[in-house]
Amino acid sequence: MKVEMQNPTVNVSRLKTKVGDWVIVALCVIIMIICLLPMVNLLARSLSSNEYLIRHEVYLLPKGFNTSAYTTVFKDPKYLRSFAWTAFLTLVCTFVSLLMSTLCAYPLIFGQLKGRKIFNVIITITMFFNAGTIPNYLLMQNLKLLDNPLVLIIPGCLSVYNMIILRSFFYGIPDSLREAAEIDGASYWTILWNVYIPLSKPVLATLALFYAVGRWNGYSDALLYMKKEQFYPLQLLIYNILQNVNQIEVTTQEGFSTPGLQESIRAAVVMFSTVPILCIYPGLQKYFIQGVTIGAVKE
Amino acid sequence: MARKKKQVQVEKKPFTKEDLWIYVKRYWQLYLLLLLPMIYFLVFKYSPMYYILIAFKKYSIVQKVSEMPWAKNHGFEYFLKAFKNKDFINALRNTVFLNLFDIIVGFPVPIIFALLLNELRFKFFKKTVQTVAYMPHFLSWVIIYGLAMQLFSPTNGFVNMLITKLGGEAVHFLDDPNKWVGTYIGLSVWQSFGWNSIIYLAAISGISPELYEAASVDGANRFQKMWHITLPGIRPTIVVLLILALGNVLGSGFDRPYVLQNNLVMKNAEVIATFVYKYGIKGLQFSLTTAVGLFQSIANVIFLLLANWFSRKMGERGIM
Repeated sequence: MKVEMQNPTVNVSRLKTKVGDWVIVALCVIIMIICLLPMVNLLARSLSSNEYLIRHEVYLLPKGFNTSAYTTVFKDPKYLRSFAWTAFLTLVCTFVSLLMSTLCAYPLIFGQLKGRKIFNVIITITMFFNAGTIPNYLLMQNLKLLDNPLVLIIPGCLSVYNMIILRSFFYGIPDSLREAAEIDGASYWTILWNVYIPLSKPVLATLALFYAVGRWNGYSDALLYMKKEQFYPLQLLIYNILQNVNQIEVTTQEGFSTPGLQESIRAAVVMFSTVPILCIYPGLQKYFIQGVTIGAVKE
Repeated sequence: MARKKKQVQVEKKPFTKEDLWIYVKRYWQLYLLLLLPMIYFLVFKYSPMYYILIAFKKYSIVQKVSEMPWAKNHGFEYFLKAFKNKDFINALRNTVFLNLFDIIVGFPVPIIFALLLNELRFKFFKKTVQTVAYMPHFLSWVIIYGLAMQLFSPTNGFVNMLITKLGGEAVHFLDDPNKWVGTYIGLSVWQSFGWNSIIYLAAISGISPELYEAASVDGANRFQKMWHITLPGIRPTIVVLLILALGNVLGSGFDRPYVLQNNLVMKNAEVIATFVYKYGIKGLQFSLTTAVGLFQSIANVIFLLLANWFSRKMGERGIM
């Protein structure tokens, strides 16, 4: 009786799986559209001409295709300057942060190192307790870092979370490699340079991505500590552009200035600032997935 | 775990001066490497804790912290003032509510997405979906604000253009205090669901395939497998992340609320971080805002410990 019953159900479930598979594909397509739609809309606006933007006719495809918004943005010395400065800042920060993370993570994997526990406690506490905005601000003031470009590099140069990812990866490298090098008389510095760093390239690439994205996208440290406009990172400049344009739009509603052009410029500014990141991250997907996964299994 | 065991096994010998010399000679390089990071932690993470004293003192710009007079009410004047301040109470309430909404709405989405991806059979397509879903995570909040403006503007935003075209009335997604909350939460879900699913996908891939095979033999369908194998398999991960989220219910990032808020929506948008910025950095009320910051930090630690304790009590693995 049972055997007879089973056959048809298996068939039905097989048919269902096929339909189910397509339902899942459809859902995933919808999700992708939701993710991409704002960007596509923005791109269309940045490439559309004024008339169509003013008449509210631009949806997902550019109308009256032209690149004048981009040429206007590229002619703006303030924007270009900030873009170059942020790119430079990102490179420097990434390098310094990778160095600091390695310096911090490597010694802590030696179980026989005296004081290792204390060091670990010192580090872990900072993950859970922060002195707060004002004490940090007063510290920067005392260190004469306010309005100093170094304030955009040094205070954020070591993330405990990223350091833990690296440390976990270092733990995963077999001790035997290290011990073999130790027997050969290699110094700890040589072991780091010749064994650990070459083996850790993928995870170092991941950390580089995390640090670089953090710096490229960050603006709040500049908002707090930097009053000099020439050192504004790109995101702060964009925020100010977005805010100012807001005001302009309101004041010109009676007159007939060119809110359309303003709008496409705004779109172009936002669009262009995301290009560097959007170019880099897909290539590193395999690695950052690994990085996030390692970070999740601390201790 | 294995490491801890090793440490226990090391016998404790009395440490003589000679040993110390040998030890230093052997390991000085490692301490030298640690020097810079430790200086960093002491200077940038620990030394500002000294300024927390300001919360208990009457701040003055010309005096050193040690010379400032103590605040009234045994030093707690500014804490009392904060809790009498309407703006602070509002910010505190918003912080808690927005964080709770974030958890209620945002926490299940990456889990559901990970389950969905796990059921996807076509490998290349799966990778494409993942790449696209991770994209928003790499955008800054300023950029997302720019996107949201273009998308939700009542006059010329994409969404409202569609709504008015279909005969509806424009919705003020960013200017109406109540709708703003929805936008604020929605944008965060949009930004983070893909990224947060990575961890669940990793946990799912750790589940033994034999369990699924056995279930198939027993005639279990897709949903039964999901419910009885996949979800229990990732439960520890879910619990740990939920603890962290609940422990952070009084925490507030600065980037996201600051860029998204505007004067029209302050009654729902002001959170502790932005309150501190406005009253402290802009308004120079250093003692009051340091007190607020200290309250937030301590409350945060307490919440985290509570969440951790609770999960252990429920028989789950904690985070500490």
